[in-house]
Amino acid sequence: MNILKFITAGSVDDGKSTLIGRLLYDTNSILDDQLEAIQKANRKNNDGTVDLAILTDGLKAEREQGITIDVAYKYFQTEKRKFIIADAPGHIQYTRNMVTGASNSDLIIILIDARKGVIEQTKRHSFLASMLALRKVLVCINKMDMVDYSEDVFTTIRADYERLAEKLGLEGVDYIPVSALKGDNIVHASQAMPWYKGEALLSYLEAVEFPVEQTNNWRFPVQWVVRPQTDELHDYRGYAGRVVGEGLKVGDEILVLPSEQRSHISAIELAGKELSQAEDAQSVIIHLADQLDISRGDIIVNASHPALAERHFEAKICWFDQKPLDSNQVYLLQNHSRLSKVKIQEVFYKVDINTHELLYDEIIKLNDIGKVAIKAAEEIVFDLYADNPKNARAILIDPRSNLTVGALIIEELAS
Amino acid sequence: MDYLDHLEAEAIYILREVAGQFENPALLFSGGKDSITLVHLALKAFRPGKFPFPLVHIDTGHNFPETISYRDWLVEEIGEKLIVGYVQDSIDAGKVVEQKGKHASRNALQTVTLLDTIEKYGFDACIGGARRDEEKARAKERIFSVRDEFGQWDPKRQRPELWNIFNGKIHKGENVRVFPISNWTELDVWNYIKREKIALPSIYFSHERDVITRNGQLMAAAPFMQIDETDHLERKSVRFRTVGDITCTAAVDSQATELEDIIAEIKASTVSERGARMDDKVSEAAMEERKKAGYF
Repeated sequence: MNILKFITAGSVDDGKSTLIGRLLYDTNSILDDQLEAIQKANRKNNDGTVDLAILTDGLKAEREQGITIDVAYKYFQTEKRKFIIADAPGHIQYTRNMVTGASNSDLIIILIDARKGVIEQTKRHSFLASMLALRKVLVCINKMDMVDYSEDVFTTIRADYERLAEKLGLEGVDYIPVSALKGDNIVHASQAMPWYKGEALLSYLEAVEFPVEQTNNWRFPVQWVVRPQTDELHDYRGYAGRVVGEGLKVGDEILVLPSEQRSHISAIELAGKELSQAEDAQSVIIHLADQLDISRGDIIVNASHPALAERHFEAKICWFDQKPLDSNQVYLLQNHSRLSKVKIQEVFYKVDINTHELLYDEIIKLNDIGKVAIKAAEEIVFDLYADNPKNARAILIDPRSNLTVGALIIEELAS
Repeated sequence: MDYLDHLEAEAIYILREVAGQFENPALLFSGGKDSITLVHLALKAFRPGKFPFPLVHIDTGHNFPETISYRDWLVEEIGEKLIVGYVQDSIDAGKVVEQKGKHASRNALQTVTLLDTIEKYGFDACIGGARRDEEKARAKERIFSVRDEFGQWDPKRQRPELWNIFNGKIHKGENVRVFPISNWTELDVWNYIKREKIALPSIYFSHERDVITRNGQLMAAAPFMQIDETDHLERKSVRFRTVGDITCTAAVDSQATELEDIIAEIKASTVSERGARMDDKVSEAAMEERKKAGYF
């Protein structure tokens, strides 16, 4: 059994909470005392049914205002899989919270109201999905019961979305017509839409897989050096970290970046057990054949597929702070375990995330997305987004407030 | 990787980030299954080295004796440092006033002792075993949760937390609560305990005990419980699903003596784990309010 992490973004009106509530309820993931709490709160929808949004809207302010402000994580499990749902706000004001939820998801469910079709919010969420390189976009065309379960409506919306997906470079998008309220195609196949031959949402989520590319471009950011310095383990020196990418194995020639020292992997261990190889996302300790000067923040890479170590590069930026980006200020860039001083040298453009038009405006404000040139005080180790998205990410921290003010996706070297 | 391997790898990664980013972290240890799991994960993260943090127990004085003897055994076994903060000390110093009456509990008082302990030792990060599936306010909390000088959580000002990049930068006086098993469910914890053969305090398994029924919950008949003639004392076969202060942790009817039985029981259960915690029953926002006040 493995884990699928997915995000649903939207507001109560979109049927997002109903959809999640339905998935949880129909998989028996809501327990009696939680239901009792809902009933006690006595929040009802207009049609008198129990409002399942209260399950996910965990903050008092959210329940008072009837909106989702921050991401809530929900968990459920079937015989086939464990699921982690990031239930995120859809409103533009809370884009940064949606980005938080999306950044850790494999799949995004884009909910489209069958009566409204592709709207501004659809475009915004799809843009973020594309920017954050989610592995799969699943479009659920919801409220099919309100359009008489019409195949034409479904086909028209799908065609509209396909055009949007093409523009954004989203590939392999899947589509399911559903009614979260009535339960059509959520857990059980719908009787009302015999024209739809695909899977219901739950069986789709249980089955969806992402191909693993055997690229051998593993990276190993060193988090911690294990040195017991006891009598028996006097010479023990292990580098602890979590593998990024595929193919790390004993014997691999390695390069330490940015120092460019070379050696090869002599052993891999996990809790005292020796392994011959380590998988993507596995937390292990590695040993090198030579005594090198390596500390937290260094990145060990496969010498035959090295990463870049550069001071100048260009990146997409997503801004999270109330205070606009200041190109005179020094920020801290954090990628993996390393902090480096950087400045934003130039803002090339901003993107209107609703229409995807480019705006030539140099002020990057809260929730803005743009393209910038960055200069770092020292070499930053990364890959370009097109080559290896998992090693093209960083956050920006304002050293005065210590807040996380931006996210970066590194796309190009400085031209 | 199997889902438990994935959860384990994530938790180890988070523990190592704490070690790397903070000067003086601590692991909050209650003697419950979640913090016991954290200790097991820390062994995997740092052995053959020592833990880069002590274990810290906030002792309400109203403990299950089994928890304390387990705690002392574990600390001895792993050879790591234990620091204990006593709620009694906070009471004696006049910092908190003990609740009175039949339903008195020291659970709320421990927040003050926790904050005092953090201040006394200057901890900049406290690792806790809270999970997002436990409660709806917890479902909203970041893995690195920044608290101000007063230990307060501000849910409206949470830092964006992207990918697995954790921003642990703080100002002096602030501290970060870190939750490495945020993404684990109760069932995941039990499946992991079984897989890893982790030893637990005996109260998690079915045993005979004198109990009284209050508000529909089975409470242990302990010396600190104020029992009067209206209470009906009976001997039952019970176990504890969650272990906190004895005055606010209810037992469940159970015959589960093995881990398999417990897992089967949880799978079949129609009540959540926090359903046996009196401290969550106070109001809808009970947990959110306590977190805002500095609770972990």
